[in-house]
Amino acid sequence: MADVALRKVVKRYDDVEAVRGIDLDIADHEFIVLVGPSGCGKSTTLRMIAGLEDISDGDIMIGGDVVNDVPPKDRDIAMVFQNYALYPHMTVAENMSFGLRLKHYPKAEIKARVTEAARLLDITDLIDRKPKQLSGGQRQRVAMGRAIVRNPKVFLFDEPLSNLDAKLRVQMRIEIKKVHQKVRTTTVYVTHDQVEAMTLADRVVVMNKGRIEQIGTPNELYHKPATRFVAGFIGSPAMNFIPCRLEDVGGTLQLRLSDRIAFPLPPARAARYSALPRTDKLLLGLRPEHLTESHAHLAPGVETFDTVLDVTEPMGMETLVYFGLDGTPVCGRVDPNAGAKDGAPMRLAMDLNNMHLLNEETGVVL
Amino acid sequence: MSTMAIDKAGPRRKVKYGSMSRDRAWALRWSYFFLVLFAIFFLTPPLYMVITSLKSSAEISAATNPWWVFHPTLSNYVELLTSNQFLRFFWNSSIVSLVVVIVTMLISVPAAFALARMKFWGSATLATGVFLTYLVPDSLLFIPLFKMLALVQDLTGITLLNRWYVLLFIYPTLTVPFCTWIMIGYFASIPKELDEAAIIDGASWLQTLTRIFIPVALPGLIAATIFAFTVSWAQFLYPLVFTTSIDQLVLPVGITTTLIKGDVFNWGQIMTGALLGAAPPLIIYAFLMDYYIAGLTAGATKG
Repeated sequence: MADVALRKVVKRYDDVEAVRGIDLDIADHEFIVLVGPSGCGKSTTLRMIAGLEDISDGDIMIGGDVVNDVPPKDRDIAMVFQNYALYPHMTVAENMSFGLRLKHYPKAEIKARVTEAARLLDITDLIDRKPKQLSGGQRQRVAMGRAIVRNPKVFLFDEPLSNLDAKLRVQMRIEIKKVHQKVRTTTVYVTHDQVEAMTLADRVVVMNKGRIEQIGTPNELYHKPATRFVAGFIGSPAMNFIPCRLEDVGGTLQLRLSDRIAFPLPPARAARYSALPRTDKLLLGLRPEHLTESHAHLAPGVETFDTVLDVTEPMGMETLVYFGLDGTPVCGRVDPNAGAKDGAPMRLAMDLNNMHLLNEETGVVL
Repeated sequence: MSTMAIDKAGPRRKVKYGSMSRDRAWALRWSYFFLVLFAIFFLTPPLYMVITSLKSSAEISAATNPWWVFHPTLSNYVELLTSNQFLRFFWNSSIVSLVVVIVTMLISVPAAFALARMKFWGSATLATGVFLTYLVPDSLLFIPLFKMLALVQDLTGITLLNRWYVLLFIYPTLTVPFCTWIMIGYFASIPKELDEAAIIDGASWLQTLTRIFIPVALPGLIAATIFAFTVSWAQFLYPLVFTTSIDQLVLPVGITTTLIKGDVFNWGQIMTGALLGAAPPLIIYAFLMDYYIAGLTAGATKG
């Protein structure tokens, strides 16, 4: 068990910078998820921690020691790969014990560790099988078992669930969380799936174009995104971004969304945004769950407007409605019994207490 | 309206283009036609050899039907198998082929691993270069090779020419490039994550090669072994050039040198010798083909 620290870590491939100076502190026992679109540098970062990629600049520390030039086998890490990477000619037990056998552990201890890991992962019955006799989910368990038996300082997961079908993915996600609760090993987990990131992580690191956009707990990222990228990446369906501007009307600050729609800001928001130049091009960031059907008793700060729905998507527990606001496509979530229909007019309510205001040019959440 | 048009067109299309199963049936018929054609083409010479080997010299030279044995005899087999000369050729061939296979594997497997996996400066060019050396025909190489070995012999005083063991130095120039090339292909098909997993598990390069790559690429290894053995066993030009004394000859050269005297061809024994000579590769093929099954990597990664 150990903490991991990255100090201004850079990875250059010829003239392309894949990772551009990352600073990250991962506490002992912590479960950190690196998330971002493909090509954002998250896998490269993980592979640099593993020692599979040289770092071009900066320092990586595991347990306080700089490991820049330490080969992977001496970093005391274990890694689970997207495509499992099981040794096809070895049984499950041999796969799991390979690392221990290379280090000449006593046979009794190897057996004990393998048995314990197999029990933890519920693969005791499969111990004598070859990988090709296993299903995808079972292979992924074996890959995790191979990591657990080593009892390493750090677990590294490289998109371990991407090859599984949707149902199994949810199941294995819970499995990984359970395993972490039991073994408490410091974990760095890479995924492009924001749901996985939100559900697994103690803290999520959102990466984009080789840089860290924001680090925070899942709730922080969801409710207090720092940039447009984070706001749009975390949450599904994604946050709406509606062009708007601020205007003063009779001493109150108003948010104008279109020629015909303008709402007074709730007092708390008005105070926060009052200093902004009125000429700035702004974006209203609003999650779909804050755009609902209108009803009789609306809380203060919730404003209604009429629109015509383009498309509706009944999801069962809710219905997603899509419509245009001055040409900007917008998504809302309404009650399945609210009577939303394709092409029908509907009165919707916008909860401005949960709004975000972004600078359109810089993408910074204000 | 449009539905009616489709209904009308439906049956006609079927007749015109045929169904999938009809296409498949025709494909099968053509496959069988050509397979049978090739089988006849390639199996006729060995059959002729078997027939001739069972005839006495008198029957071979008599004007009877060459495709039938009227007085079958094993005398050719008995004579060859009791002749020290023939057994000597057989022994020389065996020892040369065996050592060459071992030497080839010891060189080309690590070389292929290095070229396929340990990305170093110039490794791609080197891999192509290895293959290019295989493309130079031995009929161009034997004179310079002869000169080189003669020079080595002069400089060191070690007798190399006209000794069977000189072939141990020469055959690998044929087998190593091609086997390396085959193995590069096999190693390249092993997923990168497999060696990364091994490296993280604490394996050195050598351990990754011996404990992961060789077992996983076993079909490729067997293909390369078969190739190296066949090339060494059947090589004719080099032993013809480099060895001349009867006791130093290998089988292909030995048979043609000793059984053809001037313009007298001992056809019965030549055919018998060729058949006996073809036996070891056949036996090795039969044994190793069982292991030569693709798909050993199944289960390593997402299937």
